[in-house]
Amino acid sequence: MGTGTGLGRVRGLGSAKQGTHHWWMQRLTAAGNLLLVSWFVISLVRLPSLSHAVVTDWLSSPLVAIAAIMLVANVFWHLRLGLQVVLEDYVHNEASKLGLIVLLNFYAIGAAAIAIFSIAKIAFGSAA
Amino acid sequence: MSRNHSRPLSPHLSHWRWGANMLVSILHRMTGVGLATVGGLLFAGWFFAAASGEETYACFIGLLTVESGAINIVGAVLGIGLTWAFFTHLFNGLRHFVMDAGAGYELQTNRRWAIAVIAGGIIATVALWGWLLWPLIMGLVGGEG
Repeated sequence: MGTGTGLGRVRGLGSAKQGTHHWWMQRLTAAGNLLLVSWFVISLVRLPSLSHAVVTDWLSSPLVAIAAIMLVANVFWHLRLGLQVVLEDYVHNEASKLGLIVLLNFYAIGAAAIAIFSIAKIAFGSAA
Repeated sequence: MSRNHSRPLSPHLSHWRWGANMLVSILHRMTGVGLATVGGLLFAGWFFAAASGEETYACFIGLLTVESGAINIVGAVLGIGLTWAFFTHLFNGLRHFVMDAGAGYELQTNRRWAIAVIAGGIIATVALWGWLLWPLIMGLVGGEG
């Protein structure tokens, strides 16, 4: 790949100077996941059932809805960073890699948007 | 950019002797990819189904359970598989935090922690699902006796 020379950088093959940020966000979201996913798993196991009434009632509590939205944002951020590294390591064709990274971003941000809106809909819907 | 084939690559999987630390590194990626794809879709799908109303939610849950509400084979494979992937990825993530701090690189220590991560993932999965399925297991045992 790029040697870090001026020509390499112009061609987009040098360091983007963002490696540390990616690494740090991966760790930061990992720490967030440690708290939030643990909370989510323990909560699910402790719910009396996973029926629609029980789940929507649980999600309509403001604190639960806020934690669930942070959970979704954190989980999809973390998986986006992680899958990006996997793609960069194993997909060597530049066009395929670019295409897959675009798809990954669409998936991560799209799925997170769907989940966050769903939680908000349940939480606000019950307030009436 | 095409690779210069006259230059060596770093050693590949088949050139290494298998070890616990290598296995746990591969498992971390595999479980991460599994959680990110299968887990991520189920996770978002579950919230979406819940927000779409009782009928859609029942359809979603119906994919994973039989009519009585007990878990079906798809639910069991996904549930147990994702639980194992979650615990393995979680425990190895903790191991990574220790290694990020610069500790745990001595060969014996590193190997011991790698084995602990693999074993911990399996033990935690068996413990959680044993607990969840305890009434079912007792029912089966009671039915035979």
